[in-house]
Amino acid sequence: MESILSLLIWLPIVGGVSVLVIGNSRSNLARWASVAVSIIVFALSLNLWTGFDTSTQGMQFVENTVWISQFDINYHIGIDGISMLLILLTTLSTFLVIIAGWQVIQNRAADYMAAFLIMEGVIIGVFSSLDAILFYVFWEASLIPMLLIVGIWGGQNRVYAAIKFFLYTFLGSVFMLVSLIYMYIQGGSFSLDALNELPLTLTEQSWIFWAFFLAFAVKVPMFPVHTWLPDAHVQAPTGGSVILAAIMLKMGGYGFFRFSLPITPDASSEFAMIVIVLSLIAIVYIGFVALVQKDMKKLIAYSSISHMGFVTLGVFALFSVVKMGTDGQIHSIAGGSLESVYLGLEGAMIQMISHGFISAALFLVVGVLYERLHSREISSYGGVINSMPKFTGFAVLFALANAGLPGTSGFVGEFMVILSSLQANFWYAFFAAMTLIVGAAYTLWMVKRVFWGPIVNSDVSNLNDINTREFFILGVLAVAVLAVGVYPQPLIEVMHVSMVHLLEQALTTKLPVAL
Amino acid sequence: MENIYLTIVLAPLIGAIIVGLAGHRLGRTLSHSIAIFGVTVSTVLALYVFNHHVLKGAEVFNENIYTWMQVGGLNMSVGFLVDNLTSVMLLVVSFVSLMVHIYTIGYMQEDEGYTKFFSYISLFTFAMFMLVISNNFMQLFFGWEAVGLVSYLLIGFWHHKESAVEASLKAFLVNRVGDFGFLLGIAVLLMFFGTLDYLETFTLANQVNGQTIFGDMSVITVICLLLFVGAMGKSAQVPLHVWLPGSMEGPTPISALIHAATMVTAGIFMVSRMSPIFELSDVALTVVMVVGAITAIFMGLLGIVQNDIKRVVAYSTLSQLGYMTVALGVSAYSVAIFHLMTHAFFKALLFLAAGSVIVALHHEQDIRKMGALRKKMPITYFTALIGTLALIGFPGFAGFYSKDMIIEAVHFSNLPFADWVYCAVVFGVFITAFYSLRMFFVVFHGESRLDQHAEEHVHETALSITVPLIVLAVPSVIIGYLTIEPMLFTGWLENSIYIDASVHGSVAALKEHFHSAFNLMLHAIVTVPFWMMIGGSLAAWIFSLYRTDWAKKIQERFHRTNYVLESLYGFDRLNDIVFVKGSRKLGEFLWRVSDMTIIDQIVVNGSARLMRFMGSVIRPVQTGYVYHYAFFMIIGLMLVLTWVLVVNENPLIQLGS
Amino acid sequence: MIALSDYLILSAIVFCIGLAGIFINRTNIIMLLMCVELILAAVNTNFIAFSYYSSDVAGQIFVFFILTVAAAEVAIGLAILTLMYRNRGSIDVDVTNSLKG
Repeated sequence: MESILSLLIWLPIVGGVSVLVIGNSRSNLARWASVAVSIIVFALSLNLWTGFDTSTQGMQFVENTVWISQFDINYHIGIDGISMLLILLTTLSTFLVIIAGWQVIQNRAADYMAAFLIMEGVIIGVFSSLDAILFYVFWEASLIPMLLIVGIWGGQNRVYAAIKFFLYTFLGSVFMLVSLIYMYIQGGSFSLDALNELPLTLTEQSWIFWAFFLAFAVKVPMFPVHTWLPDAHVQAPTGGSVILAAIMLKMGGYGFFRFSLPITPDASSEFAMIVIVLSLIAIVYIGFVALVQKDMKKLIAYSSISHMGFVTLGVFALFSVVKMGTDGQIHSIAGGSLESVYLGLEGAMIQMISHGFISAALFLVVGVLYERLHSREISSYGGVINSMPKFTGFAVLFALANAGLPGTSGFVGEFMVILSSLQANFWYAFFAAMTLIVGAAYTLWMVKRVFWGPIVNSDVSNLNDINTREFFILGVLAVAVLAVGVYPQPLIEVMHVSMVHLLEQALTTKLPVAL
Repeated sequence: MENIYLTIVLAPLIGAIIVGLAGHRLGRTLSHSIAIFGVTVSTVLALYVFNHHVLKGAEVFNENIYTWMQVGGLNMSVGFLVDNLTSVMLLVVSFVSLMVHIYTIGYMQEDEGYTKFFSYISLFTFAMFMLVISNNFMQLFFGWEAVGLVSYLLIGFWHHKESAVEASLKAFLVNRVGDFGFLLGIAVLLMFFGTLDYLETFTLANQVNGQTIFGDMSVITVICLLLFVGAMGKSAQVPLHVWLPGSMEGPTPISALIHAATMVTAGIFMVSRMSPIFELSDVALTVVMVVGAITAIFMGLLGIVQNDIKRVVAYSTLSQLGYMTVALGVSAYSVAIFHLMTHAFFKALLFLAAGSVIVALHHEQDIRKMGALRKKMPITYFTALIGTLALIGFPGFAGFYSKDMIIEAVHFSNLPFADWVYCAVVFGVFITAFYSLRMFFVVFHGESRLDQHAEEHVHETALSITVPLIVLAVPSVIIGYLTIEPMLFTGWLENSIYIDASVHGSVAALKEHFHSAFNLMLHAIVTVPFWMMIGGSLAAWIFSLYRTDWAKKIQERFHRTNYVLESLYGFDRLNDIVFVKGSRKLGEFLWRVSDMTIIDQIVVNGSARLMRFMGSVIRPVQTGYVYHYAFFMIIGLMLVLTWVLVVNENPLIQLGS
Repeated sequence: MIALSDYLILSAIVFCIGLAGIFINRTNIIMLLMCVELILAAVNTNFIAFSYYSSDVAGQIFVFFILTVAAAEVAIGLAILTLMYRNRGSIDVDVTNSLKG
């Protein structure tokens, strides 16, 4: 498999276009074709895992072709442990989302499926680009299908939400483009390798850092640039919410790993404190906000923000734990250990994967209910367990995973990040650990009001339990959530070498050497 | 041996999974057979392990089963540490669990969720095994939360009851508060020890001792206090006790298994397991002791005014947990474990007996509507009597030995406040006897207050209920007598518990004064606790049988005190106002004011509005008339030309030349 | 001898007349078109004058091009005008303000 990555990028895009050609009038054919494409892509992506070499720091499955030679822009793709996991997450979630949209979407079904397939290809492109412009193109391109998905198949206020989503994220990323161009002018190349090596003064780095930060923080999303997310989630169709939460948010986290840390290490270190404070605000403040939500999707959206706070916390806490000494060795600052830095970085990564599963599952759960009663209000439900026992089993499992119960994936990332951040500062861990209480409170309170208790109205008592298709989707996610929770080691193994490399880059100063 | 340990742990899990996933297809009989078979396997093997380790003195087993994660040099594994402490715990847990499994057949037979219930209690047994057999803090935390989870599911088992659902949420959240501290404790520990493995931690303890955090706080003290917060949550110590009485909303078998015998003792077990660390911090030990004493006495007092049969037992559990905690505080870890064990048997027995009464009366729990059940339910009566005598510490019964040892240990302790705590635990004996016998008399003696219909139908409960009662009654009588000597003094627990005897001499002093179990029983008559117990019993007899009107008079005379007790010291109201309503208000405020108004409306949509406003200002320039555009073009052209002509060093000229 | 400046002054006058016509005319679009033609004529005059005085024939060739293009432009302009009249029933300048912001 020489060009498997290209295949992974272009096959869904070509598939998506073909589905468009098949057209809405032959929607069943379009559905089957989409499922076929997404299964093939998922199966192909498994090759990345099996063929992955965990002993090397370098990029793997690399392809490099000249694209625009005048500006040294290349079609340069390749993956390391970090991107590989996110690609697998992408292919899996797209597959599930396409099955999930099988019946719900009757209006323009082919277009709907096509949008997801095209988005899948584009997002895989984001995660595998090793050229900044290629990355930027994919990054922006991923907005278009999502804009359409929210804008066409969304709820009542969909246009407002779609435009807000688009402008918000677009505003962030144009700044990234500016800084990329600046670095091109300085270094003469858009290749990530070259950008990683490019020496920059602290002032330059600071500007570039904040430009990147704006792009990535909006995507993550971090407090205070998070308000597009609840709106987008509430208005998006179930599938859109799933992809948005499971993958698009991860693009922000990925950006911190791939761009901010290696390209602006000194500025990252300089401003780590601010990022950490914002992350902690996200974790605690948003937790309280989630507590009072009356709309299930909004609640999950806010809980997403809170959980993604752990990602940025885990990444940026490292600068308070270790630093690179003048002798080229890594030294501890305040008694923290090198292991804890890896705990933070890898915990952040696992948190992303796990959040991908859990939030996807929770949005699907809400989708199942919405499909039946056409309401997302918590108060329209109560005692769902009486009419949907199987479904409640899944829902409670995912809710508990969302509350970070050990044995589920939700625990692993949080646990690692809390252990790690304590070594940076006790109070980081203190506030981060408050999610144990607040997270459990908002999730289980929702569970209590929706699933437990007596049946509140006749609509609820007439609910049908999940069918085989829904059972399959939720089952796959449940297995994933439990597997990661019980045995996270394979994930760690895959990403560890990449993290070692990343840490080295993040700690090596790029400031010009003082004479 | 590894396979045996694995089987012990996994048998209930497999049972739980099979029954949980396929229970409705398997049918009731097959389901409960599978679940019970799983636990029986564990019990038998636990017996074997007990024999192997405790009686034959086998080597401590400490191995990792599989690597959960390996991050750089830090290994986090799922592993087993089996020593004598673990063996004792395994045996207690599996035995009580087995009894409860059997009991459930009778108790839950009319319930729709029969198979689900079996699945849950098997799952709980698995989680509890994971907790006690763990060899590292990661797995401990896993077990810690997993038992909390099953407890949550089981308290809310009757999910159509609003109060049960409410109580389950409360239990989970209060436990989470404890876990919050516990997790931070683990994190601090990892920072300073660099490992999560128990034995490695213990060997490093002396090295870490003396290091400081937050300026001049001792690290060990901070770790111990944080870990103890976790123990307070799980073992329901004041002020994190509020969930335990509520947990009585669940079916009685789980009250016996989880909320009396096993899960709530997890905190006690944990502190004993960590004895090498706790020994290094007198501050932490003092806190442990004082918290325990407060729980022991104040929760006992609440037992007096309760009228729900299960709640009385629940408050007595709280009080007894307080006793265990006091024992931990005075470094008498083995005594705490001893009391944990005897308490597991007699409290499970009491709960199951209470459950038997409840079943017989068709789920009536108010003791004011019972009475004179002695004749109708003889087996329940006698087993409950045994349980009660054990609880109040009647000489010879299991509870007598363990409680007496705790009181003596406090007596010999030289920690600050030990004198006060001694007074508290001695007075506690009076209270214990009072509320236990009050309940006993009201339920089984006196006049019958049953309604006519119930009166006719009350009879002894089914075999599956009475057999566990009888089986549990046996250890409630003899276990103390049999095991006090080996457990406390001749080294059953020596390889798992470390006591710095030079500083904390209470166990050594106990040993010095101890002759034999029989002797202790005879000697009891000249001790203060014995007369306290007699006093309490008399008081109970007077108020509940001899002069029932006196109780009411005293209530009226001391109505303020009575009010304080009946409102449970106001903990619930405080929590409700401060934490429940407070955080909801805070969330509402943050959401509406900060999130929706300031960030979203003012900043985000504000900037959109700003754009629109600027547009509206500039827009009138676009009149739509061609001649206006032409006019502006000409004006612009003229300006440019003028600039070209007037300003010499302008770029356009330079461009031309 | 007619000096170059005379030509330039003439063309400037023609140009200004055209310009003024564009500003001042409010009645109909045909007038606008004619004014544009006047401006073009002014430009053409300049071209020819310069070309003659600098003995470079390129300027005069350009004028041919401009004339051709202007003819085409007028043709299109008149076509638009006819359509507009058909649709709006008027070719009044003040009516055509749909670009108004």
